[in-house]
Amino acid sequence: MLEIKDLHVSVDGNEILKGINLSVGTGEVHAIMGPNGSGKSTLSYILSGKDGYDVTAGSVTYEGKDLLEMETDERACEGIFLAFQYPVEIPGVNNTYFLKAAVNAKRKYQGLEELDAMGFMKLMKEKMPIVEMKQDLLTRSVNVGFSGGEKKRNEIFQMAVLEPKLALLDETDSGLDIDALRIVANGVNSLRNEERSMVVVTHYQRLLDYIEPDFVHVLSDGKIIKSGDKSLALELEDKGYSWLDKSA
Amino acid sequence: MSEVIEHYVSEHASLKDVLPGNDLSWLNESRDAALQQLSTQGFPTLRAEDWKYTSIRPIEKRQFKLAQEVGHSVDATSINGYLYKDLDCHLMVFVDGRFSAPLSNLGDLARGITIKDLSTALREDSDVLKTHLCSAADMTRNGFAAMNAAFMSDGAFIELDKNCVVDLPIHLMFLSTGQHEELTSQSRILILAGDNSQAKIIESYHAQQDSVYFNNITTEVKLGRNANLEHYKVQEESKKAFHVATLQVDQQRDSTFTSHSVSLGAQLARNDINSWMGDEGATCNLYGLYVADGRQHTDFHTRIDHAKPHCSSNEYYKGILDGHSRAVFNGQVHVHPDAQKSDAQQANNNLLLSKDAEIDTKPQLEIYADDVTAAHGATVGQLDENMMFYLRSRGIDYNSAHALLVYGFAHSVIEKMSLAPLRKHLESALVSRIPNAGQFSDMVED
Ligand SMILES: Nc1ncnc2c1ncn2[C@@H]1O[C@H](COP(=O)(O)OP(=O)(O)OP(=O)(O)O)[C@@H](O)[C@H]1O
Ligand SMILES: [Mg+2]
Repeated sequence: MLEIKDLHVSVDGNEILKGINLSVGTGEVHAIMGPNGSGKSTLSYILSGKDGYDVTAGSVTYEGKDLLEMETDERACEGIFLAFQYPVEIPGVNNTYFLKAAVNAKRKYQGLEELDAMGFMKLMKEKMPIVEMKQDLLTRSVNVGFSGGEKKRNEIFQMAVLEPKLALLDETDSGLDIDALRIVANGVNSLRNEERSMVVVTHYQRLLDYIEPDFVHVLSDGKIIKSGDKSLALELEDKGYSWLDKSA
Repeated sequence: MSEVIEHYVSEHASLKDVLPGNDLSWLNESRDAALQQLSTQGFPTLRAEDWKYTSIRPIEKRQFKLAQEVGHSVDATSINGYLYKDLDCHLMVFVDGRFSAPLSNLGDLARGITIKDLSTALREDSDVLKTHLCSAADMTRNGFAAMNAAFMSDGAFIELDKNCVVDLPIHLMFLSTGQHEELTSQSRILILAGDNSQAKIIESYHAQQDSVYFNNITTEVKLGRNANLEHYKVQEESKKAFHVATLQVDQQRDSTFTSHSVSLGAQLARNDINSWMGDEGATCNLYGLYVADGRQHTDFHTRIDHAKPHCSSNEYYKGILDGHSRAVFNGQVHVHPDAQKSDAQQANNNLLLSKDAEIDTKPQLEIYADDVTAAHGATVGQLDENMMFYLRSRGIDYNSAHALLVYGFAHSVIEKMSLAPLRKHLESALVSRIPNAGQFSDMVED
């Protein structure tokens, strides 16, 4: 589904990703762990098409297509979804309306009929229980005045509604209390299926207790320095990252 | 005296016998003094500090005439389009600046509330008007204020007795027909809100045609102790019109004044909003939105005076400028020496959608007391890249994301309005005005 080859990325001349190789198959869940500043968010931004990064070498193929050639919104319509580490607040734009615009943009792209108000409400009602989404968050401006946990919940709610093929979850667990973590992680789990791939960026094993990854990678200073199965995450929890730096 | 001023002096002479209240000597004296003021002072020039970014040459180049006859040329059905849907209100309609009784619908007025057109008020309440008319809006301030004081051709008088709470909003609708060339109306609105009274008042400006005319309006508001007034102004003049208006507010102890001013129309619109908080515990909220494109020019000058301790002011203005439009925002907040514990907040944010649009923004905090909380800020810029990215990462294309964000930018001013029917009207107006926003017409709140 996703093939990243020797990806080098710089910002203002500073190289941040220094040759990433990663292959994500259909239905697989990959966890990416690594110290602060190692480039995890940069990788998810590059995959979703954020401006301001220079790809200096390498390639990214998504479902056989050159991902880096596609516009941000085109990637989303093709099934890529990024759950932001820091969801953006958008004053004056109603959360429900925003989602409706997103759903219909995607449907239009897929050649499906756009949902009317009724059809959309039905979809919302169906998806709200997945992350126990509160009604009043839907009537407010996108993320404005939401608590950290509510913002993360809103991200996963959007994911549930937009049904991506490839979900990139950037520290969706950070800043969540135990209850919120359980709700969000269960939500993500219930969205897991054979067709949907996920790349889960996290610092904590506790998320991976809920969402068992097929693979775990350690990103350090712009490179994947170790890959393994879920036991690698446990080992990291135990020993920290410095153990890897020494052995590398 | 310039040629155009001569024109207005002779216009005044020829109208003298038909202007409302022409049998009142105090008013005639005041009118004459104002005319004298206009003759000596003329209209403001770019050399005046308050007018240095706004040239009124296009107004000066024309010789506008006052509408002579009351406009019966408009029938009741044609004003329906300008009413706010689902807004129950006390309605006064002015056609080309003249009050139209048949089009108005005051409905049942509760005890303690007076709503009258200016002529009637001058006949029936001349003692009250003598005390209050011309007192707050300083006619010496500039030529437009003097011109309005000299002509005062029609308008409204609203008085709320002590403790009077008006449930329905009062809607003053000003409609320009364009049936005659280059008309001017010189309307005067006087609002006296007694102690503990409450009301919501809307001034709205509309045009039936894309015609050239000149509205010069003065609104005076006096709030008694603990009175609460929401003032809405929606300016949707024709794109060829000129609109100059002053809103002058005088606030007593513990009163709250909230102004929502939305400027969408006119080729040149200038609004002066001044509030004097003359006693403790008063609150003044000024919210505004201006949207301009083409060659529109819009100018807001506001001044809030904290004259006494424990008053707070909140000012929040936003502008969206496209094409070759130009806007001016000047927000002066003056905290006087003994106005301790004042709280003054001000923000002016502008979106420039084209490289040819221009804004001159100047927040001006002048603080002469030492125990004051104050903040101000002005921004000028394009849309936030992170917001764009967030929307696009959900599949929304560039143009649509852009339109949504511009809408959201404006909406955060609109959503401060307590009158839902007005919000809804403005949401629709924005959707049709913002490029590519038409697809979001179902966004308007139900
Ligand atoms: N736009 C930018 N301009 C300059 N430096 C940047 C930019 N974006 C990222 N960086 C730098 O790139 C490095 C990687 O940042 P990134 O946000 O990808 O790290 P991360 O692994 O997600 O960290 P964290 O665990 O703290 O979220 C950091 O040193 C960061 O300062
Ligand atoms: Mg990060």
